[in-house]
Amino acid sequence: MSNTISPAAHQDPHRVEPDSGRETSTYLNNGYGWKSWLFTIDHKRIAILYLVSISFFFAIGGVFATLMRLELATPKGDMLQSDTYNKLFTMHGLVMIFFFLVPSIPAVLGNFLMPIMIGAKDLAFPKINLLSWYIYVVGGAATLYVALTGGVDTGWTFYTPYSSTYANTHVVPMAIGVFITGFSSILTGLNFIVTVHKMRAPGLTWFKLPLFVWAQYATSLIMVLGTPVLATTILLVGLERLFHIGIFDPTLGGDPVLFQHLFWFYSHPAVYIMILPGMGVISEIISCFSKKRVFGYSFIAFSTLAIAVLGFLVWGHHLFVSSQSAYAGIVFSVISMLVAVPSAVKVFNWTATFYKGTIELTTPMMYAVGFIGLFTIGGLTGVFLAIMSVDVHLTDTYFVVAHFHYVMVGGMLMAYMGGLHFWWPKMFGRMYPEFIAKFAAVTIFIGFNLTFFPQFLLGYMGMPRRYHVYPPEFQLLNILSSAGASVLAVGYMLPVFYLLWSLKWGKKASANPWGAKGLEWTIPSPPITHNFESIPVVTEEAYAYGSEPTITVGPGHQNPNPHYKDDPIV
Amino acid sequence: MTPLSDHVLPAGVPPPTAHHFIDLHQQEEAEKLGMWTFLITEVMFFGALFTAYVVYRNMYPEAFMLASSKLDWKLGGLNTLVLIVSSLTMAMAIRGAQTAKRGVMLWNIVFTMILGAVFLVVKYFEYMSKWEHHLMPGPSFDVEAFGAWGPQARIFFSIYFAMTGLHAFHMVVGLGIMTWVFLKARKGHFTPQRYVGIEISGLYWHFVDLVWIFLFPMLYLLGAHTTGLGH
Ligand SMILES: [Cu+2]
Repeated sequence: MSNTISPAAHQDPHRVEPDSGRETSTYLNNGYGWKSWLFTIDHKRIAILYLVSISFFFAIGGVFATLMRLELATPKGDMLQSDTYNKLFTMHGLVMIFFFLVPSIPAVLGNFLMPIMIGAKDLAFPKINLLSWYIYVVGGAATLYVALTGGVDTGWTFYTPYSSTYANTHVVPMAIGVFITGFSSILTGLNFIVTVHKMRAPGLTWFKLPLFVWAQYATSLIMVLGTPVLATTILLVGLERLFHIGIFDPTLGGDPVLFQHLFWFYSHPAVYIMILPGMGVISEIISCFSKKRVFGYSFIAFSTLAIAVLGFLVWGHHLFVSSQSAYAGIVFSVISMLVAVPSAVKVFNWTATFYKGTIELTTPMMYAVGFIGLFTIGGLTGVFLAIMSVDVHLTDTYFVVAHFHYVMVGGMLMAYMGGLHFWWPKMFGRMYPEFIAKFAAVTIFIGFNLTFFPQFLLGYMGMPRRYHVYPPEFQLLNILSSAGASVLAVGYMLPVFYLLWSLKWGKKASANPWGAKGLEWTIPSPPITHNFESIPVVTEEAYAYGSEPTITVGPGHQNPNPHYKDDPIV
Repeated sequence: MTPLSDHVLPAGVPPPTAHHFIDLHQQEEAEKLGMWTFLITEVMFFGALFTAYVVYRNMYPEAFMLASSKLDWKLGGLNTLVLIVSSLTMAMAIRGAQTAKRGVMLWNIVFTMILGAVFLVVKYFEYMSKWEHHLMPGPSFDVEAFGAWGPQARIFFSIYFAMTGLHAFHMVVGLGIMTWVFLKARKGHFTPQRYVGIEISGLYWHFVDLVWIFLFPMLYLLGAHTTGLGH
């Protein structure tokens, strides 16, 4: 039943603006000068600013990774010195985590879509939104400075007392960079929380929200609660380094393990900052391309919150071999395994959504299916690592490296790519070329598994992480991994070209090219600056596939999307 | 609630509702929730330091008592009083806005700022005396002064300076906010119908005061003054 009433409803959502003729007003052509971008407070433009800047940092982090994989092609350290290698893996981790993964889906897709999905004209605090991007840029500049002047070699974890006392690399500037960027994350989280609470359109109750919004909300809670702890911890490392205050230095009476507790109190939940938004994207994509309501909507919504809450209670699994008491270890081990429950709830619900759905294997859907498989592997190996006795064997091996790359790259990055393709027509009003996009998705999937699956085996056989020389018997698997990395690199480069190409030459996108549900598909592609001509009123459940289209149009209108007619769920 | 039409307002013209809100009520709700969320992040900021304090105090209780006795509890107590009174004047300033008493509002903002400044001046003298007595962690720290507990006492002072320093920084920010509030108040931006700006600034001010209420006993009153340990 059609219920959403909005001015957009009076126009045909499937009409494509003719190429010739007057240009319609959109957020993209609302000003062209650099000021109209750098001083914008439009959440959509800020999302584009983030898109450009995180892509830049992703490329930099990718270069670090490429150099590492090149070095690891041979057992001897013939290309890099060990201290250079230490800097490479440190910078790779820092750049990818703080400057790509944490802001990726929230700051780009969340920023662009969340206000639209809840029927608002903008986030609650548009200026703070812009400020958070500037803070990100300043933190990024500090990182670039560090990268260009010699780097850091502490590992992205900054473990004390090495970082605070002994390392003679640029720890303080890098700490400042991470400290500053944290505020960007805090402000984004704060903005999202207030927006979801206060800016929802009339009628849009919590349980009518798209699951993407739930995911952004839960992520924001973690950002707001966790990031300040990291900031204070990093501050103490800086003070220790500058003034030898003794707080983490055992020779001065301090306790380096306290650093690990404080650091992982943020950095474990940060893993969920880096995966929950991806899960939100997957819910949207799977529902759309199965043309079915997500199975177990409220279970997915609550499992999102459960992951956010449980995520704060498991940090001790990083300290199983760091002199933490065995009793604390048992508790942390059990709670870590419990996180698998809400994660599995999601996986099963997505899978059940496919059942009797009208499945279309578009590019976003390929990424979503890839996500389910890879995340499941990443999550299950996480359960291995949560078992204390197993962890003693696997700590600091490539098994851990493979595990978190399956979650971060196989999970979050697949979801990010899927989401980017899914909403690309909405963001830029152009379709990406489907065939080459599918080819890239397959390339990424193959390259990813080839890169990281051998690392499970390497780690299980005992190859430690963070070394650039290794015994010759590990060479075969390392060559496979390096070969996979080059395939992966090609896979990530392809979208750069065809997505940029599509901006000019891509087919014009209609308002709702996928026949999807959700408020973002009721407005033109690309949207106007204020998203909605006037605020919509929502009475429909989320993902009401199989019902009439959300939008009423004039009499005699035939919905061109066939899925509405032969949807078996009706 | 609909946006107030400007001509109803007795003094000054509050800015209109921002373009992306449905009405003023929504805007005010968002602003209030924004400040509360921000204060939660503040709790987490200080929370990490409170954790460090609890850990080390349990590890080295004697050293903490010894080091605490070097702090001047009278100055700390004075500052506690100053901040409690400043919270009162802050509340009265908001009351002034709610009851359209412009003078009450403006004068109480000024009192609040003066009290905040007094706090910082007292803090300055405390810090200076710590510096002169070589109690500032760093190369000049006098480890010998605490016998066998030298390094542990240094950790106490590290935490002392980190916590009170972060708190003092918040006081400075608070004075900046109060300056903004004063200017807005003088322009007549706060009215009985519309005082969220001063209200949430007050929330921040009370929060910073509240942090001090915890810091004072934790750092200054560790029992050394009553047992005669130290001095
Ligand atoms: Cu963890």
